[in-house]
Parts: sequence; structure tokens; C-alpha cells
Amino acid sequence: MAGLSSSGGSSLGRCSHAVVRALPDSLCQHALRIEKGKEVDFARAEREHQLYVGVLKNKLGLQVLELPADESLPDCVFVEDVAVVCEETALITRPGAPSRRKEVDAMKRALESLNLNIIEMTDENATLDGGDVLFTGREFFVGLSKRTNQRGAEILADTFKDYAVSTVPVYDSLHLKSFCSMAGPNLIAIGSTEAAQKALKTMQQMSDHRYDKLTVPDDAAANCIYLNIPGKGHVLLHRAPEEYPESAKVFEKLKDHMLIPIANTEMEKVDGLLTCCSVLINKTSEL
Amino acid sequence: MTTEVGPETEVKKESEQLEADAAKNKQDEATENQENQKSEKTVSEEAQGSPSPALGTQSSPSSQKKEKEPSEGKGISRFIPPWLKKQKSYSLVEPKDEAKKKPVEEGETVEERECQLPGEVVQPKGSVEEATIESEREAKAEDKEEKHSVSSAETQPAKEDNKEIEVEKVADEQEEKQKAEENRETKEVQTAEINMEKVPQKAPKKIKTVQCKVMLLDGTEFSCDIEKRAKGQVLFDKVCEQLNLLEKDYFGLLFQDNSDQKNWLDSSKEIKRQIRSLPWLFTFNVKFYPPDPSQLTEDITRYFLCLQLRQDIASGRLPCSFVTHALLGSYTLQAELGDYDPEEHNNDYISEFQFAPNQTKEMEEKVVELHKTHRGLTPAQADSHFLENAKRLSMYGVDLHHAKDSEGVDIMLGVCANGLLIYKDRLRINRFAWPKILKISYKRSNFYIKVRPTEQEQFESTIGFKLPNHRAAKRLWKVCVEHHTFYRLISPEQPPKAKFLTLGSKFRYSGRTQAQTRQASNLIDRPAPYFERTSSKRVSRSLDGAPVGIIDQSLLRDFSAATVGPAGDMVFDGEAVGQTKLRDGEGRDEDGSPTKISQLELTQDEKNNSLRVDGGNIYVRHSNLMLEDLDKTQDDLLKHQASISELKRNFMESTPEPRPNEWEKRRITPLSLQTQGSSHETLNVVEEKKQAEVGIEETVVIEELNRGKMQAVTDAGETRKVEHLSKKDSSSLSSDSSSSSESEDEVVGEYQPHYRVAKDTIREEQEENEDAKGKEERATKTIQSEETVQEGSKIKVTVEHNQITAKALAQENAVAIKVGEKNVMEEEKQDLRAEDEQLRINGDVSHVDIDVVPEIICCSEPPVVKTEMVTISDATQRTEISTKEVPIVQTETKTITYESPQFDGSAGGDAGVLLSAQTITSESVSTTTTTHITKTVKGGVSETRIEKRIVITGDADIDHDQALAQAIKEAKEQHPDMSVTRVVVHKETELAEEGEE
Repeated sequence: MAGLSSSGGSSLGRCSHAVVRALPDSLCQHALRIEKGKEVDFARAEREHQLYVGVLKNKLGLQVLELPADESLPDCVFVEDVAVVCEETALITRPGAPSRRKEVDAMKRALESLNLNIIEMTDENATLDGGDVLFTGREFFVGLSKRTNQRGAEILADTFKDYAVSTVPVYDSLHLKSFCSMAGPNLIAIGSTEAAQKALKTMQQMSDHRYDKLTVPDDAAANCIYLNIPGKGHVLLHRAPEEYPESAKVFEKLKDHMLIPIANTEMEKVDGLLTCCSVLINKTSEL
Repeated sequence: MTTEVGPETEVKKESEQLEADAAKNKQDEATENQENQKSEKTVSEEAQGSPSPALGTQSSPSSQKKEKEPSEGKGISRFIPPWLKKQKSYSLVEPKDEAKKKPVEEGETVEERECQLPGEVVQPKGSVEEATIESEREAKAEDKEEKHSVSSAETQPAKEDNKEIEVEKVADEQEEKQKAEENRETKEVQTAEINMEKVPQKAPKKIKTVQCKVMLLDGTEFSCDIEKRAKGQVLFDKVCEQLNLLEKDYFGLLFQDNSDQKNWLDSSKEIKRQIRSLPWLFTFNVKFYPPDPSQLTEDITRYFLCLQLRQDIASGRLPCSFVTHALLGSYTLQAELGDYDPEEHNNDYISEFQFAPNQTKEMEEKVVELHKTHRGLTPAQADSHFLENAKRLSMYGVDLHHAKDSEGVDIMLGVCANGLLIYKDRLRINRFAWPKILKISYKRSNFYIKVRPTEQEQFESTIGFKLPNHRAAKRLWKVCVEHHTFYRLISPEQPPKAKFLTLGSKFRYSGRTQAQTRQASNLIDRPAPYFERTSSKRVSRSLDGAPVGIIDQSLLRDFSAATVGPAGDMVFDGEAVGQTKLRDGEGRDEDGSPTKISQLELTQDEKNNSLRVDGGNIYVRHSNLMLEDLDKTQDDLLKHQASISELKRNFMESTPEPRPNEWEKRRITPLSLQTQGSSHETLNVVEEKKQAEVGIEETVVIEELNRGKMQAVTDAGETRKVEHLSKKDSSSLSSDSSSSSESEDEVVGEYQPHYRVAKDTIREEQEENEDAKGKEERATKTIQSEETVQEGSKIKVTVEHNQITAKALAQENAVAIKVGEKNVMEEEKQDLRAEDEQLRINGDVSHVDIDVVPEIICCSEPPVVKTEMVTISDATQRTEISTKEVPIVQTETKTITYESPQFDGSAGGDAGVLLSAQTITSESVSTTTTTHITKTVKGGVSETRIEKRIVITGDADIDHDQALAQAIKEAKEQHPDMSVTRVVVHKETELAEEGEE
């Protein structure tokens, strides 16, 4: 049965499919970024991305849909922002950055192919980036950021009626998930900056549920990918120790998790973090 | 007691009929009442046989009460206050009676109550007296009503409002009082208690029963006959019995009010009182959604929960995703139809069911598809699966209320097991878990939560929400109180005692908590009951048919002001609110316009009053009215009150002694702490115990008050709390003998979930209370009586309480009357502007010098009804004060006038010939100046008026009241052949301390 998160959040991380997208060459020059920084090493970015997809596909055994890159969409690799999938329902978002609006088309087709219930965000007053959506298994938190507005959050709430949807103001970061993510069922990984901690407090207050938190020194490292793969148990994709050694140490304390460090140096230069590069889907019914 | 019923019912009839004209639905009741009449009479005779002994014991001491009550009946007339009062007094005297009476009273109009009052009063007396009195009363009642209907076009709607709102409260309070009494008082009372219980049992056959219809969760209707005065519990138990439901604490009965809002029937209160004129139509619903339905003991309980949830889901109240709709629907099919049978279950079988607000073919297909997968599940299992999924829905068990935030943005407040959720559209924008909430309160249409400070914050913060109207605010508040109690507490909190000086409702959740009900259900020891599952067809099960109300809700104005108050920590009784209400309902203008109201009332009252014969009663009321001073320090108030009552007592000795009203008692009690309460003891012999307790409570109150102030100082956000102060005062002052029980409608309620002490009681301040009206009426009445009745001599006693200065007041009472009206207006205005009042008071003649409390912002409280009779006399005095007044020292000057009905109003204006003036120093404390004035009245009759001015000087140590009483007594003794027609109390108090407290 496809009930709502059938056992109080323990279904979090259940995953059968993933949608990813290749990076366009235009990413280096044209991808949106909060602040100008170092230039993206495209080759290295591609390698890292392939490694990432390889983990999902080969190591974890997910069915991975790889969408081709679109040079006109420099940010298209960050598929997370264009769709929010929960159970059998997918919300195709309306990204906050106008240049990214067209990214949804390919995603929509991909999700349709997976036979999900597709909801499109057509309201022109609404914007929502998937990066602002944190699903804990019990409820949603939606960051109200430069990319996501109230209306977008409302539509998300209407789409996933079973769940509480709470809004969290996001000020200093691109997205809510720029400094947090789920690191386990009931476990929120959170960065150490003031903004991150404040957001966590907000979330804790809003929730009927008490979450454990895993505080890592680096905000970016707090963005990790938790999966619950049959036969493998708790799996956590986190940033490599070479990148964030202190944060990596924290993750390494998670004894029950299968830890998979993944380097993401290049994508981070354009504000891309681990979760940004995939849409994870748990398809329970046959296609 | 027997006789009582007769008149009562008759009156009811009349009143009801009258109302029937005006109001729509009353006809039924009228008939019912008529029928009731008979039955009641019989019942009263028979059933009351047992109670009577108890009564007897009580009645003798309660003679005072008697006296007072009649007054109520008259003075209060048909404004709501009377019945409220009556009830309270009633309960005090004879709890047993109440049980019977209540139901009748509830729905009935004010007039009824009035009538009843007399009846009550009469009871203790001989039957002969009764007869006469009753007849009188009836006549009066009729008159009143007639007049009322004619004269009070404007006021009426307001009244209606009040009634509606307040009814509940009254019920609450009464009951609480009752309880309190039962517990506290002596054996006599206990017997009474027992009797009460017996009565309904005996009575049922003879007492009129009402047919109740209850919509059950399966869409069927259950009807049963129920005694008209039965409490909610009776009906609820019947329903549960019918349903074979043992774990019933999760459920409740709803009734729909005239504004289409659903209200929970309070099982501890009479039904009639709650539904009033609404049809006896209820819906059986889940009230507390078990967070984990698997912990329910019986399948049958889960079944009813399922039925409720199906309704919730189909109606859209409980939103679900498509998938969830389908899944839950499939479990429903499995539970009701069993395994999917391709032959039996053709394509259409499903369209009988409604699974979602917008059910699509696609959804139905999905449901069927899922239904097939449930093969083998028993109905109970299917229900369990259903619940396991439904309970995770985010809106499961969330009771939503429309509101606006402080910026006027539409939001929803959701009350649930864990706390309070704030939604904007579908988004949760905030959440306050129960542990975070320190206090829940409402005031008028505002709802407040006081939140524990977070780590970063130093101070508690209070968050206010605006509800559509007062009742919505109250409803929300109640739901919060109930949910908090049910889910968070091991056992329900003790409802605040009746003795409490409480403003506002003492509402508490009285049922079992979840913890208790779980415990109880563990003990359930019966084979799983068989029950038939009826299908959840697409039947609309809404609780329809409730006629749209007559009551004009628009009158229930929302007040914006709203103080949340720390000051509010004190538990208010209904009275204060009553005052507010007056304004709210009748005035309808903003706070500034109370003047108008008072005027209105004046006129009306005068008409009504003119018919009344009984002077003594009027007096009482009048004095009560006068009691309402605002803005005094609590201490002062207390003393003042005490003194007044004392004074009144003495003053009234010749006339039927007014029964001290609850308020007075309360007021007085605190004094007792200081003076050991001699005064109040005398006043109410009957209820010594109670009073003593009251006293204690009051102290608490005071402390709280102080606290409130302090907070006000520290906490910018809560500055307004101070208002409470004034409010309290007013309320306390306003106390009417009758009104005590009736705090009906509390505009304000508070509930402090965490503190178990007196403080944490749920406080409701009532602002819109009938009492206020009553008082105003009385005030008017008095005035009127003064004007109408022309009679000779009067003794003026002017008492001054000066804490700072002992000042001789050149008081010309003569002026008083005429000024009176003006003053009323002025005063009311003053309240509003209390802050800057000081200056004016000093200089301005027209201003009544009631409270100057600059430091405390007391102005914003519209609810305060000012004393109408407060008269400040002459310019001389004024000037004196003003000269004396240094800005730093704030002086409160209050003048209260008590006049006997026969008093010649015009006489005051006459300049008499001064025959003599002598000064007697009776005690070190007081100075008495006696002025004999002989003047010639028109008929050539000479009339001697003696004015005594007694100045009592001193600080708190002095018992002003006693001194005053003594003075009056002496005056009487000195001139046995004369009657006291007027007492003016002028009180000056230094207010500076108050602010500091």
C-alpha cells in the first residue's frame, strides 16, 4: 500500500529511482552563482558528477534516469530544484530563477515516464526551488528564500496534503538545504552558522515531532543524501573529508550508516550541493 | 418553595409570550413552559418536599438574601443581570432548587428569572406573604416587560446578545458555585446537594421532557426524551448507551448555534442553558482525536472514530492527498463490504460511498484497485489500518479556527493534542506547544497566548489574535483549555472555586483526561460488543435544521483594545465583564461613547422603575451601582466596598435588608482579612464560611493585580494590563446580590496551563455582562425614584475616607441628583481617558473624580461601567481638591450617594435655612458635622433635613467601614423619628501608592 509515510518517517530514504541530468558546458560560464568565485573546472566537475551518479546507480542499485544536458540551461544539472517528489506524487516546480524555468520540461517528461502523479506549478505568482524543500519523512519544511515564495509553498502544501508544510525563512543562503538535510530518519544534519542554527530552531518549534540533529561545522557539508536501501540499510552520501574534514569526522561517528564520501568541489562553486544533482523517487507500484 | 414555582412559571409564560412576538422561536418554549408550569408545580410540591428541610435551615440565616433578591427582581428588571443574580443568590440559598430551576431558567428569558427571584425570596417566608409578593412581582414583571418592549428598542438587541453569550457562563458559574457550596458548606448544604440529585430522579415523570435528536456518526438519528433541565452529561450518556460505547471520553455532543458555529455541549451544565432557544438537535462527534488509535481498547471505539474520520475526510475538513483518499477509501470498503467480490461488487458499488470532497472516477478506480488488495482483512483490521493512516495526516485532530494576526492577516488557529498551530493558508507558520504556553486568555474577540520566553528572550511574550467575534474567541479559548487538559494533564484541574473572586468564566474541562480514560478503558471487561457497521453513504450528516438565530450577532462588537494581561492573572468574576458588556452590547459605539449608553438606559429604566413600588430594593441596587468605582487601588476598593456594604446595611435597616450580593461579599471578605470581617459576617450570616474563603481568594487577586502592574512596567507589550485593574475594580464594585453567579459571558478568559496555583485558574473577565446593565438600570432607577417620589426629610451622611488628607467637603447633595446623569457620562468618558484625567478632576467640576491613575493605563478599558450615582458635589470641593493636588500625589476622590427611594430629588436643590450645625467627635477617627436644615416645601409643610458630615481620616489601619457604619447608626439613633434618605460617601484616596504596587 502506498500509504503516507507508512511508518512514521521510517520510509524516509526509501528509493528505487533517481533522475539526474548531465552538465552542460555552459555551466562554467553561465550558471547562476551567489557570488563570483573560482572558475569551475568542467572536466573535474564532470568526473565528480559521474562518480555521484555511479554511486547511485551501481553502488546503491537505483534505477537512474539520466537526462541529457541542455546548453541553453546552464543550471540544468541541478535537477532537485525543478521537482519535488514524495511518494507517488511529483510537483513540478516553478524555479525562482527565470532562466531555469525551462528546465522543468525534461523533468516532467522523465517523471511522467515513471508514471507518477504529476502536479505542475502553473501559478505565475509562485516560485519554488526544490532546494528549499526539506522533507523529513513526516512533514515538509519550505524555506522562504530568494527563490521560493509563499505562494510556491502553498502550492506545495496543496500538493502534498497529507503532510504539514511549515515555512522557514532563509536569509543568507541560496536555499534551505544549503545548510541542512536529512541524515537519517528523524535526524537532521545542520550547519553551524548562526543562520543555520536559527533555521533549525524554527523548524524544531514548528514541528510536533522531535528531531535529532547532527551539527556539522560546515554548512555545505550539512547537505548530504540519506537513503534507505533494502539490503544496505542506512546509507549516507556526504562530502569528502578532503573537502570538509571536520564535518566528515562528524559523519563518521554515525555507526549505523553506510558512509559514502563524495567530492563535490566544482559544483559547489556554482552553489551546487549533493542533493541538488538528483531527484530521488521511491516507486512502489510497478510501472 | 412550592409557591415559588407557580409564580415563576406564570411569569415565564408571559415573558416568553412577549418574546415570542419579538423573537421567533419562542413559541415552542412558551407552550412548553406552560406545560411545565403544571408539572413543575407538582414537582415542586412533591419533589421539593425533601429539599425543604435543608432549606429551612438555610433560609433563616438567609433572610438578608431574601430581602435583597426582591430588589434585584425589580431593579434589574428585565435586563439579563437579574436572572444571573438570581441564580447566584439562589444557589447560595438553596442549591437543590437550582437543579430544578436551572433548566427552566436557562432558555427562558430574563423576565422569567426576575419572576423567579421573587419566588425564591418568598419561599422562606410565609405563604401569605408569598402570595402577595408574588402577585406584586408578577404585575411588576409584566409591566417591566411591556415597558421594556416599548421603550428599549435600542437596548434590546444588546440584551439579546448578552443573553446569548452569557447564558453559558451563567450556567458555568452557577454550577461551579453550586459545587463549591456543596463541598464547602455545612451539612445543610450537603443535604441540599443530595436533594438536588434526587429531584431529577423523582421528577422525570412529572417534569416536562424534551425530545432530543442526536445525529450519530453513522448518519442515523437517535432521539430520546430528556428532562428539560438535564445536564449535558445525561444526554451524552444516553447516546453512548445507545451506541454501546464505553470509551466515551473522546467524544462529545455538538450543537450548532445561530451563527452556524458548532459548540460543544458542556456535559457538566444544563443543556437548556447552553442551547437556549436552539432546537434540541445535536451531533455526536469525536471531540478529542486519540493520537494513537491503536491504544483504544475496543474496536467499537475505533469504529466510531473511523466514522468520524470518514466524515472529516469526505467533507474536506481533513485534507488528504489523492493517494490517501484512495487508500482510506479502500479500507472503508473492506470494513463495510468485506473482501472484494467481483460478482457482487460491480462498478457502481463504490459510487455509493463518498471518500473525498471531490471524488473522481479515477479515484474510485484506485479505491477499488486497493480494495482488492485487502482481502482477508476483518472489518476491525481494516478500521485499524484506516486509522493508522489517518492519524498521520497533518490535520488529524486539529480543530481549526479562523482568526487574524496582529497585522490583520487571515490565519487559522489549530488546536490539537500538542498545542496550538498557526496556519496561513495551508502553511504552518508557527506552532506553540502546550509546554511553551504559559497562559491562554481571551478578551472580547481577542485571543491571547502568553508564551514562555525562549533562550534568547528575557521576557514572556504575549501574542494576540483577533477572532471574528467574542464568541469565537471564547470558543477557541475553551477548546484550548479542554485540549490542554485532556492531552497534557493527568487529571483535570480543579475548576476555580465558586468563592473565587473571579472575573470571567471558571470554565474548565471537567471530563476525564486522556490518561484517565486510558486507565479506565484498561478496566473494560466485557466481550467485544457486536455492532453493526452501517455504510458511510454519501449522506450529508451535517447538523442542519438549526434555525437561524434571532440573535443579532452584529451587536457583539469586537473590541480592538484588548489587554492581555498579567494584570489579568487575577481571576475575575463575571460582573466586571457585565459592565463591559453593557457598553458593548448596548453602546455599540466605541469605548468613548459609554455615555450614550448610560443615558439610554436611564430613560428606559426610569420608565420601568416608575412602576416599582419597592423602594428598598431600588436602594440596594443603587448602592451597588455606586459601588462601581474604578481605578482605586485594590485595597481601597475593598475597604470601600466593605464600608459601603456596611453602610448600606445600616442604612437599610428599616427597609427590607438587601441580601448582600456575591460581589459584595467578595469585596468585603478581603477586608475581613484585615478587620476580621465583622462587617461581612453580619451581612451574610449564612455564608460565613464562604466568605472567609472568598477573602483569601481576594487577596490572591490583589497580589496578582500588583503583579500585573509590575509587569506592565517592565513589559512594554503588556502595559495595557493595567486596565485590568480598573476593570476588576469595577467588577467588584458592581457586584450585585443577584449577579454574583452570573458571570455569564466572560469577555475575557484566561487559562494558565502551567501553574497549578490559584493563578493558573482559567480566568475570564467578563466585560459584557448583564450585570452591568442591571446596575445601570438600578442607577437609573434610583435617580428616577429620587425624582419621582417627593418626600420630605433626609439625612445626609457624608463620609469621607481620606488617606492623605482629611478634608472637609462642602457637599451639597442637592446638586447631586441632577448632576448625576451628567456625571455618569462624564465618568464613563473618564475611564477612557483616565490617564490624563488627573488634571481635569482637579479643576473640572463636571468631572467625577474617580480614578486618576496616570501611571497605570486604565483608560482603555471600555468595559468599566461607571457609577452613575457618583456625584461630586460642589465647586468648592473641587477647588479645594485642585488646589491641594500636587501632580505627584494623586488623589482619588469618590463620592457615592445612597438615597432612599422616597427621597425628594428636587429637595436637594433647595436652599434650606440653616438652623444649627454642630460638630461631634465620636471617635478619634471621624469627625461628624451635623447640619440641620429646615426648609419649607410647597404645601407649606416645613421639612427638616439633617445633614451629617462625617469625616473619617486615616490610613489603611482604620476601618472606614465600621466607622461609617457606626456613624450612620448613631445618626439613626439620634433621630429615631427621621429616616435616612441619602448617604453620600465621598472618598479621597491617595493613588500614588497604587502605581507602585
